[in-house]
Amino acid sequence: MPILETQELTYVYSPGTPFEKKAVDNVNISIEKGEIIGVMGHTGSGKSTLIQHFNGLLKPTSGRVLLNGRDIWEDKTKIRDVRFQVGLVFQYPEYQLFEETVFKDIAFGPKNMGLSDDEIKRRVYETAHDIGLSEELMERSPFDLSGGQKRRAAIAGVMAMEPEILILDEPTAGLDPAGRDKILSHIKAYHQRTGNTTLIVSHSMEDIASFADRILVMNDAGLFCFDETVKVFSRSEEIAQIGLDVPQITRVFDKLKKRGFDFGKEVYTVEYARNLLLKKLAEREAR
Amino acid sequence: MNNIIEIKNLHFSYEPTSENENPPEVLKGIDLSIKEGEFVAVLGHNGSGKSTLAKHLNAILLPSQGSVIVDGIDTADEDKLFELRQRAGMVFQNPDNQIVSSIVEEDVAFALENLGVPYEEMRRRVDESLKAVKMYKYRLHSPSQLSGGQKQRVAIAGIIAMQPKCIILDEPTAMLDPSGRKEVMATIKRMNREQGITVVLITHYMDEAAQSDRVVVMDSGKIVMDDKPEKVFSQVDVMKNIRLDVPQVTELAWELKKAGYDISPEIISEDECVEAIIRLMSEN
Repeated sequence: MPILETQELTYVYSPGTPFEKKAVDNVNISIEKGEIIGVMGHTGSGKSTLIQHFNGLLKPTSGRVLLNGRDIWEDKTKIRDVRFQVGLVFQYPEYQLFEETVFKDIAFGPKNMGLSDDEIKRRVYETAHDIGLSEELMERSPFDLSGGQKRRAAIAGVMAMEPEILILDEPTAGLDPAGRDKILSHIKAYHQRTGNTTLIVSHSMEDIASFADRILVMNDAGLFCFDETVKVFSRSEEIAQIGLDVPQITRVFDKLKKRGFDFGKEVYTVEYARNLLLKKLAEREAR
Repeated sequence: MNNIIEIKNLHFSYEPTSENENPPEVLKGIDLSIKEGEFVAVLGHNGSGKSTLAKHLNAILLPSQGSVIVDGIDTADEDKLFELRQRAGMVFQNPDNQIVSSIVEEDVAFALENLGVPYEEMRRRVDESLKAVKMYKYRLHSPSQLSGGQKQRVAIAGIIAMQPKCIILDEPTAMLDPSGRKEVMATIKRMNREQGITVVLITHYMDEAAQSDRVVVMDSGKIVMDDKPEKVFSQVDVMKNIRLDVPQVTELAWELKKAGYDISPEIISEDECVEAIIRLMSEN
C-alpha cells in the first residue's frame, strides 16, 4: 500500500471571485514508503499548493489525499495527527526560529506531541547530529547561529517530530554551493538513518538528480510527469521549456546528440560524463 | 578608459562590542581597480567578504583602513554621500526588502522624488527605466502581484532612473527561480552593453560569472584571483580548494585534460564544450 496517494486532487483558490484560479488540476500520484521524491516546477506551477495538501494545510476543492490508505479529511478532528505524521519545512524556515535556545527550538514540535522529556532529548540530539549541529550549539540562542546553521536548526525542528513523511520546500534556496551541498548531504544522512519517506522541492534538477528515486514535475497546475530520475532526464528539453533548470552537462549531451554524437545514455553528472567519454575515446583508439 | 572604482589597501572589521571585543578582520587588504563600462563578477563562498566589499562601494560601510574612491569621490567624504549614492546604486538579494511603494512606477520614482527631480524629467526617466528593464507594461501594477524576477527588475529600474555610472548587485538572483534569474541576468547585461553602466555583480552562481568580462575571486577577506572568466575557471583545483564550483563544462574539460586528452581547460560555454568533444571524437 502506498504511504501517500492523491486521487483526482483539485484545488481552486478564491472560488466564485474574479481572482478564481485553479492551482492544482486533477493530480493522481502515489508514493511508496521510504522513497526520496524530487518535486519540481516553476513558480506558479502549483507545486507548493500541491504539497500543502499532503499534511492538510489545504483541503482539496475536490478529490482525496490518502495517508496510509485513509482519507486525511475523513475525520476532521484528527487532522492534527496528520500534521505530526507529515512534516512540512517551509521555504526560508530560519525565519520561523523563535525560542531562547537551539535545543528548545528543535524540541518545540516533539513537546507539542506530548512526548516524555527523555524521548524529546533523544530526538533533539539525534536530529541535531543528522543535520550537523554540534552539541555545544544546543544551549546557544538560535539567532547567534550563522545563516546555514539557522536553516539546519529549523529543519531539525521538523525532523525531530519523526514524521513518516518529511517534505522540504526548497531547502537550499539562497545558499552558496558549499552550503547547498552540506544541507543536501545532511538530509541524505537523515533519510539513511530513519528510512522515512522524503520529498524535496527544488527548481534545480542538479540538486535532486543525484539522490531522488523519482521526480515529480508540475506544470500549469497539472502533473507534467512523475517518473524515475533517469527517465525524467531523458525529457530534458521539454523540462527546460517549462522553465526549469537542466544541468549544463545534460544540455551539452543533448546538443551532441543533435550533431550526430549519440552516446545512448542520459548524462546528468560530470563524473558520469567523464567516465562515458573516456570509455568511448578509449574504444576509438583501440580500433 | 578611466577607473571608476579605485580601492587601495582596504581593511575592514566591525566595531568591537561588549560581547566581542576583538572582532576579526573581514577584509584584509583589498586592492582593486575597475574601469568605466566593465562588467565585473565577484565570486566567493558565504563569509568570504564579497558582500562586505560590495557595501563599501556606496558607503554603506566605511574602511577601517585604506580608501575607496568611486567616480572620483572618496566614500569616507560625508558631504558627498548623496552624490556618491546617485552615481553608484545598489541592488540587494531580497526583492521584497527593496520595494517601498504600492505601485510599480511610484517605486521607481521614489529616489527621484527625494532628489527633487522636476516632474517632467521624472516622468521621462521613470518611463525610460521601466522600458529598459522591460517592465513598462506593469507600471500601474502593484509590486505584490509581481514575481521575484519582476520585482528585482523594478528595483533595477529604480537605480537606472538615477542615471548612475555604476551599479552594484549583491546576489540579485539568489532568491529567484531559473526563469527569474534569466530575466535579471539579461537585464543586467543589456544595461551594461547599451547604457555603458559599469556593473559589479556579487554572485555565487558560476554560470552568471562566466557571462562577465572579468571575475574577481574572494576568499577569507582577500582577492585570490582576478582575471578573465575562462582563465579563472580553468584553475579548477584552486577553485575547489576555496569551496567554489566551476561550470560543469569547465570541470569536464579539466578532467579530460587530466586523463591525457588534448582539450583546452579554458572552456566555459556549452558550445565550446560541444565543439571540443566533437573534435576529440573525430580525431585520428
